[in-house]
Amino acid sequence: MDMNVPKKKLSLKEKYSHMTRGLDWEPSYQSKDDVYPYAKYEGIKIHDWDKWEDPFRLTMDAYWKYQAEKERKLYAIIDAYAQNNGHLSVTDARYINTVKLFLTGVSPLEYMAHRGFAHVGRQLPGAGPRVACLMQSIDEIRHAQTQVHSLSNYNKYYNGLHDFRHMHDRVWYLSVPKSFFDDAITAGPFEFMVAIGFSFEYVLTNLLFVPFVSGAAYNGDMSAMTFGFSAQSDEARHMTLGLEVIKFMLEQDPDNLPIVQRWIDKWAWRGTRVLTLVAMMMDYMLPKRIMSWKEAWEVYFEENGGALFKDLARYGITMPKCIEDITKEKEHLSHQAWATFYNYGAAAAFHTWTPDEDEMNWLSEKYPDSFDKYYRPRLEYWRDEAAKGNRFYNKTLPMLCQVCQIPMLFTEPDDPTKICYRETQYKDDKYHFCSDHCKAIFEHEPEKYIQSWLPVHQIYQGNCFPEGTDPTAEGFDPLAAVLAYYHMNFGRDNLDFEGSEDQKNFDAWRGVATSND
Amino acid sequence: MAVTALKDYQFEPADRVENFHGNQLLYVGWEDHLLFCAPFAFPFPPAMRFGDVVEQVLPAAFGYHPDFAKIDWAAAQWFKSGQPWTPDFNKSLADNGLGHKDVIRFRTPGLTGIKGACS
Amino acid sequence: MSNVFLALQANEDTRAIIEAITEDNPHAVVHPSPAMVKIDAEGSLTVRRETIEALIGRSFDLQELHINLISLSGHIDETDDELTLHWNA
Repeated sequence: MDMNVPKKKLSLKEKYSHMTRGLDWEPSYQSKDDVYPYAKYEGIKIHDWDKWEDPFRLTMDAYWKYQAEKERKLYAIIDAYAQNNGHLSVTDARYINTVKLFLTGVSPLEYMAHRGFAHVGRQLPGAGPRVACLMQSIDEIRHAQTQVHSLSNYNKYYNGLHDFRHMHDRVWYLSVPKSFFDDAITAGPFEFMVAIGFSFEYVLTNLLFVPFVSGAAYNGDMSAMTFGFSAQSDEARHMTLGLEVIKFMLEQDPDNLPIVQRWIDKWAWRGTRVLTLVAMMMDYMLPKRIMSWKEAWEVYFEENGGALFKDLARYGITMPKCIEDITKEKEHLSHQAWATFYNYGAAAAFHTWTPDEDEMNWLSEKYPDSFDKYYRPRLEYWRDEAAKGNRFYNKTLPMLCQVCQIPMLFTEPDDPTKICYRETQYKDDKYHFCSDHCKAIFEHEPEKYIQSWLPVHQIYQGNCFPEGTDPTAEGFDPLAAVLAYYHMNFGRDNLDFEGSEDQKNFDAWRGVATSND
Repeated sequence: MAVTALKDYQFEPADRVENFHGNQLLYVGWEDHLLFCAPFAFPFPPAMRFGDVVEQVLPAAFGYHPDFAKIDWAAAQWFKSGQPWTPDFNKSLADNGLGHKDVIRFRTPGLTGIKGACS
Repeated sequence: MSNVFLALQANEDTRAIIEAITEDNPHAVVHPSPAMVKIDAEGSLTVRRETIEALIGRSFDLQELHINLISLSGHIDETDDELTLHWNA
């Protein structure tokens, strides 16, 4: 009797194994070391790539299917938002400045992540991680594209979004996220995986995306909320890849532990320094607040990261040393960062302002131990002076940290009235740092960081003026020349929110949208 | 090893003094006045008189602060790389021992910023 | 034992998924917030295909989760039938 036995479907594990191990091969006429030239120089020892456990087993057919579905959902919403003049439904026009910061500071990093994972996916000798990196690389370029596409709608109406790519490579505060990623991508493949795959994606990404995306939702920005969620839906895969890499390295050889620990220490700090921008966004830039930076840090780092490091303890990994200082800084970070942008509001491609009375009260309530004592007095002074027509614009360039490239705005961990100065001598020169942790990173690899492209020093070297500028000409205005080099329009993209074109246009358009005049 | 690299890896520092067209960098911070978010960076010729920095440059940088006009420079305390230090106003930066990328700070006793909050 | 968590977008697709998760994981705590839901669970959390299928009345591929997943924590074990998050310590 003929029995039509249905052919057994392959299990998820089998399918994935065919796609990864099944498609891999051993080179025959080239040595493995020549095929994977970056695999050994960082000192990481891997004995058996087959021990790699694939965290999510997404095959290419499933990958394309689900990614296509995400894109369809995303574009349906972006179109509806644009067609419905969604930009006029945000809480108030100050909100749009967070979008400017995101587009100029974060979206280009998504593109760099695409490049980084493509590179690492080529260089890691194991087939499992290579495939996972390939998918992540495709995800990251999708994020860059969908962010640029979603936010381009704002560029039709508001200032400061017109040349984000040009600005990312030049503007002083954008050198902070840019140099962070350049540091990672110029490291070896294993360090890159710890830097971006683990420290950024696993430990810190929730602090970037969850508050930003919920903030967008709270403030009526459906387009940012949607690309945020769409990007975030890939992050779960990225996070598990990051964690798997750490476990794999630690299980392969005990000699890997000190190297991995040093990278975790370094990148937890580098990542947190970059998140300074998110801290001030949450506490100062969202007209409708979701939670304070301090609360976000407590939920997403202290609670969540705590569980992670407890789990990794069995490999000998310990909580990064810098966490103690970050825990002290959480009371101060956002206030010091916003004060800096308020100082240099003439050289930023977004608007700054002093918080209104309600907002200051919210800050007092969220930061009972620091806000009224240290930060309210300076904000009130600035507010009162601005009301008298004497708005403070700091026109003298600040001293920067050699490693994180942030102006030296951070205070001593135990004294919020004293700037934290650290310095070291390397060969013929002195180098300065914002903290013990940036100093330690420099001292481990000075040859790398002596090449930092520090925006302030580059301006003083004459490298940040439009071509053909003569800085010795009579009446030369360095600020104007630097802004021209940045492609920033003075009086439109920069200065205080109060009186800005964005403010006037938003009010006028919203008036038109909600009345018959 | 000063860097983890595949091959020999040595470059000139991006900020060596030769790149500053005859100037050297000096960083200056005013203690207890965080209205100015960070210390300042200045390019000065090494032959510049120290007093000229204080009298001609610092007013434009720090003058916005209401405490600035009240400074008694004779009472100001100076620090170089965090250590007490005494500048000679009539000598040049170089003769005061200030080299490229040195950092100095001054404290102005009795002046502690907006509402005494070190702002 | 530390908490693991799973965060999902709050929408029609995830309504049944969240219901299935709470059914299969009585120790899980659901925290709704605007546009999203965060589900915390001590030690481990399991998403079961069959429970979801029973609720939605069609076959469900567990990898469909990826469309609406926002974030998670813990180690992952994934098979055709179950997705488990857990901590070892």
